Amino acid sequence: MARFSVLLSMISFFTMMVLFGTAAAAEDPALDKRVTGLAHELRCLVCQNQTLADSNAPLAVDLRREIRSQLAAGASEQDVIDFMVARYGDFVLYRPPFKATTVFLWMGPFLFLIAGTWLLLRRVKRQQRPEPQLSEADRRRAAKLLE
Amino acid sequence: MRVVSIISIFAGLVILLAIGLRLNPREVPSPLVGKPAPAFELPLLHAPDKSFSQKDMLGQVWILNVWASWCPPCLVEHPVVTELARTGPAPVVGLNYKDAREDALPWLARNGDPYAFSVFDASGRIGIDYGVYGVPETYVIDRRGVIRYKHIGPLTPEVARGRLQPLVKELSGG
Repeated sequence: MARFSVLLSMISFFTMMVLFGTAAAAEDPALDKRVTGLAHELRCLVCQNQTLADSNAPLAVDLRREIRSQLAAGASEQDVIDFMVARYGDFVLYRPPFKATTVFLWMGPFLFLIAGTWLLLRRVKRQQRPEPQLSEADRRRAAKLLE
Repeated sequence: MRVVSIISIFAGLVILLAIGLRLNPREVPSPLVGKPAPAFELPLLHAPDKSFSQKDMLGQVWILNVWASWCPPCLVEHPVVTELARTGPAPVVGLNYKDAREDALPWLARNGDPYAFSVFDASGRIGIDYGVYGVPETYVIDRRGVIRYKHIGPLTPEVARGRLQPLVKELSGG
């Protein structure tokens, strides 16, 4: 019986620890959401095709912690983005800004679309040539061949 | 006409690919070049009770080299850093990044210590301010404390001789 109660108290102790642990981690769900939201917008510099949210590279972990502490200290989303851009450049942004160096990046697809449409139209037009007009002599020759 | 246009499209693609293959996507242009070196005050690796700030170097050209004992490319570039420090156009300061003293000090003892001294950034927080993402990284900082050049990844003898040394000489001479 004594053993049973020891076991019971151990179980309740660990349950409490687990509950307390989860509570501590999810202390501020709103902050968690903001951190995750920002981390999805920013590129992990180490593994370049992952966001900070997806990457487990040590630098990504550090940067997520940095985002969290800055947001917790009252920084806005834009403050954190400016902080990252000042250190790593526009490259950290998954949505690059529209400026002189990125004009081709943003406009390129539309240029290709316009060029493609133009080529297609030209081709279609070329195929729509008027039907060849037969002269009277041609017609007679054709009739003769068909006889 | 048709043959000419196909050939020119093909040539255009070849040129684009040739340029694309030469680019290194890991080299992200640093927005820090041309900006003042971010401020820090860090303990020395060898003497935790002493500290160093980037301000202490105002008035001279210096090189900041980010390294760590856990970083294999740092070992690769180590002979180049050693040579650079020995021929020394400028003092080379080490930034020991996210390392532990018990690993970093034996690493220097084993491989030689080319640094004037190293500062100890255990948390990597100063690394974030310097935009470090691929150790090793190397910065050239001028007399006014402005970052003039940044190299990401291991230094090669070509970069050390072809870029760093001429730049340091030019900055020191002017």
